[in-house]
Amino acid sequence: MQERVKKPQFDVVGTRPIRPDGVDKVTGRAKYGADLKMAGQLVGKVLRSPHAHARIKSIDISKALALAGVKAVVTAEDFPGQPSEFIPAGEGVVNYRDMSNNVMARDKVLYEGHAVAAVAALNEKTALAALDAIKVEYEVLPHVIDEMEAIKPGAPILHEDMITTGVTPAPTKASNISKRVEFNLGDITKGFAAADLVVEREFKTKAVHQGYIEPHACLASASEDGSAELWVTTQGHWVVRAYCAKLLGWDIGKIRVTSSEIGGGFGGKTVVYLEPLALALSKKSRRPVKMVMSREEVFKASGPTSGGTVKVKMGVKKDGTITAAEAEITLQAGAFQGSPVQPACMCAFANYDLENVKVVGFDVVSNRPKVAAYRAPGGPISTYGVESVVDEIAEKLGICPIELRLKNAAKEGTRAAYGPKFGPVGLVECLEAAKESDHWKAPVGPNQGRGLAAGFWFNIGGETTVSLQLNEDGTLTLMVGTPDIGGLRASLCMMAAEELKMDVSKIRPIIADTSSLGYNFLTGGSRATFSSGMATVEAARSIVKQACGRAAKLWDIPEEAVTFEDGMIRPAGENAGKHQPMHLSDIAKVAGKTGGAIVGYAAISAQGAAPSFGVHIADTEVDPGTGKVTVTRYTAIQDAGKAIHPSYVEGQYQGGAVQGIGWALNEEYIYGDDGKLQNAGFLDYRIPVASDLPMIDTIIVEVPNPRHPYGVRGIGETPIVPPMAAIGASVRRSSGVRFFELPMSPPKVLKAMKAAGKA
Amino acid sequence: MAKHHVTTTVNGDPVEYLCESEQSLLDCLRDELDLIGAKEGCSSGDCGACSVLLDGRLVCSCLILGVEAEGKNVETIEGMAQGEELHPLQRKFLEHAALQCGICTPGVLVAAKALLAKNPDPTETQVRYWLAGNLCRCTGYDKIVRAVMDAAAEMRGA
Repeated sequence: MQERVKKPQFDVVGTRPIRPDGVDKVTGRAKYGADLKMAGQLVGKVLRSPHAHARIKSIDISKALALAGVKAVVTAEDFPGQPSEFIPAGEGVVNYRDMSNNVMARDKVLYEGHAVAAVAALNEKTALAALDAIKVEYEVLPHVIDEMEAIKPGAPILHEDMITTGVTPAPTKASNISKRVEFNLGDITKGFAAADLVVEREFKTKAVHQGYIEPHACLASASEDGSAELWVTTQGHWVVRAYCAKLLGWDIGKIRVTSSEIGGGFGGKTVVYLEPLALALSKKSRRPVKMVMSREEVFKASGPTSGGTVKVKMGVKKDGTITAAEAEITLQAGAFQGSPVQPACMCAFANYDLENVKVVGFDVVSNRPKVAAYRAPGGPISTYGVESVVDEIAEKLGICPIELRLKNAAKEGTRAAYGPKFGPVGLVECLEAAKESDHWKAPVGPNQGRGLAAGFWFNIGGETTVSLQLNEDGTLTLMVGTPDIGGLRASLCMMAAEELKMDVSKIRPIIADTSSLGYNFLTGGSRATFSSGMATVEAARSIVKQACGRAAKLWDIPEEAVTFEDGMIRPAGENAGKHQPMHLSDIAKVAGKTGGAIVGYAAISAQGAAPSFGVHIADTEVDPGTGKVTVTRYTAIQDAGKAIHPSYVEGQYQGGAVQGIGWALNEEYIYGDDGKLQNAGFLDYRIPVASDLPMIDTIIVEVPNPRHPYGVRGIGETPIVPPMAAIGASVRRSSGVRFFELPMSPPKVLKAMKAAGKA
Repeated sequence: MAKHHVTTTVNGDPVEYLCESEQSLLDCLRDELDLIGAKEGCSSGDCGACSVLLDGRLVCSCLILGVEAEGKNVETIEGMAQGEELHPLQRKFLEHAALQCGICTPGVLVAAKALLAKNPDPTETQVRYWLAGNLCRCTGYDKIVRAVMDAAAEMRGA
């Protein structure tokens, strides 16, 4: 592997210590969203719409309230209405009117499972009886599920005030298209004219769910004085606090939110569903209220990611140089605007250094649950189309898919169509690593095919606060506010240990609640290890500075004449050797006598997040009798910048790849003509199980991010971007058929193979 | 209707609880006995997060009624470590980083323990098929399978 930067040697960073939160997780002690109990707690349940689209004519809660043991009922009337305005939030924007109307339907229900009312009762049985006792009168309206149906003239309109933005002149009539986005670079007409070969294809992908094993859950306790406590499984408890305060009209500072251990999120736990309801029910009942979604509710009422339609047209010269690239991406937003169409457009051609690009995207509402972020939101959908076309081009030109990509790969200095010029990026290095991998060099097995695809995610930084407390015995307490979804605490402790030259096992990390630490944006956008790592390093360096100051005080020499090296604080310069060096823990012991506690604090808005590129190789075999595709070998290669704890970096690559395998082969939201979801359970919405899979090999490429003290890039999202196209390319070769629709499930594969005379 | 009085053994301890007829063993463990290690991921027997052993047999405790535990021997994740000593499977899961969010981990560990009790020397394929009833959305199973194989080898003294 070619190194762009000489790698420094580290003591802790890059090693594989046991994670600090591990023991509690293998012994059952770790507390997740549904695992906390409070004295006097009630059970909260949600009444949900049985219709895909209906007007709420009336809601009568009187019979429910009259039931013995029912303590509170809330409906939209209990939440102040919100104006429609767009507020930037991480990788997207939020609209509080939509958020409020999504957590509790007002006037209309827009999808099956849309919340209509919520109750709190002494026990589950009574709560369920109360739901039965609520009478809702609906006027059922025609519904629309598919995004291409939803944009047709005459389609049922979900929001009578939805005027498409991004179109000039602005339309005068409401439609289901919330917005149009467009990115341009160069001149595609010229580019296509210069091409020797043009490939144009249309792809279709289905909505898929994040599929975290832990359902949404929370426990709320509101007091008569306006203060409240909330225990919740979330990717961002400061964000939950802000959303709840806004939706309820409460003061942010009076709500204290504690993030439980989180049982998977993948983007799906970045929004609120139950939380504002639980708080409102608690306030009304003056009792703690616990709410937990059933798996069916998770599927029907929490965000999947979009399905969509992706049209791709690419032109190339005979030598493989891409001359023009065009895409039109139409994504389902669910019932409210806000599909990840913007990032889908950003990712579409990001793998390539191109002169002529045009990408147009449409955000389309239909009668489905509002989509939520899912790992590189939008990226996998557009990339599936583009990388599949690139594979077809390679096939038609007879060029190796790696060589074709190397010829056109984005690199340092490449101007992406969506604006930025890339700094040092590792796509070329990943492609080279793929070429050199055992997997690529191994012969393809009999009846098997091999496919490859690349992927990209831009990654974000943002607000993070970390507090490090040097304890009086020299141990360290690390407080961070980005929930740890897969090894974050381990990585942060390692960076602190590296800075302070400490034994990593002497550092105890906690995820602080919203009243104990400054603001933290959520764990998402692959930002946690990057941003919180940056803040941890800054806080650790503050500890060093303070410790040196204390030593200077003790030795009565200037602070500048003290150095910190290998964990020892030494007098330097002309004072060198004049005083006994002190260990950091010696300073900790005398902190009280030299000025008080030593606390390192960093409240930053992390800048300089750098993209991560990845390349995946998949081998598949297709059963010609059933159409079942089996992945027989898989390798995920990705640029981590710097892998702080390589095991958890590998874990992200493997987990993302397998979610992508599920997306490619099995997973889909299936709707009946009645607009109802037909597979709202793990039996029928089948995520990959252990016996479906081979080992997932990984190769960590490290092209350091110059903007991070250890070179870290976010790595969590990119791994789900390449798999669908890699498997599509592989299935093309193992089945003899090229597919343009996901999932490539057995009935579809069998049908296509039969049609092509291959089965 | 009055609640049922159940007398059973959990992780070697004699316990009693009162439960409704329709209450699952999972709910009894979590709500009546405060044993929160078994998790509810689906309550339909599809995800395996609630896996426990009932008289040595691997079951989804969400599919067993609380009253069915009467006179039986229930083993949960809380009983896996011996004193301060982690079970080899628990240790290997930590060493191999075989968990990310950890919500499926108790169920996977209980299931893996049941496998090794039956088959101390499983092949990779046998591990994969045995654990097919335990969904993990984070890891892609790679490190889980390796940890189970490694623990099996250690337990065999290999």
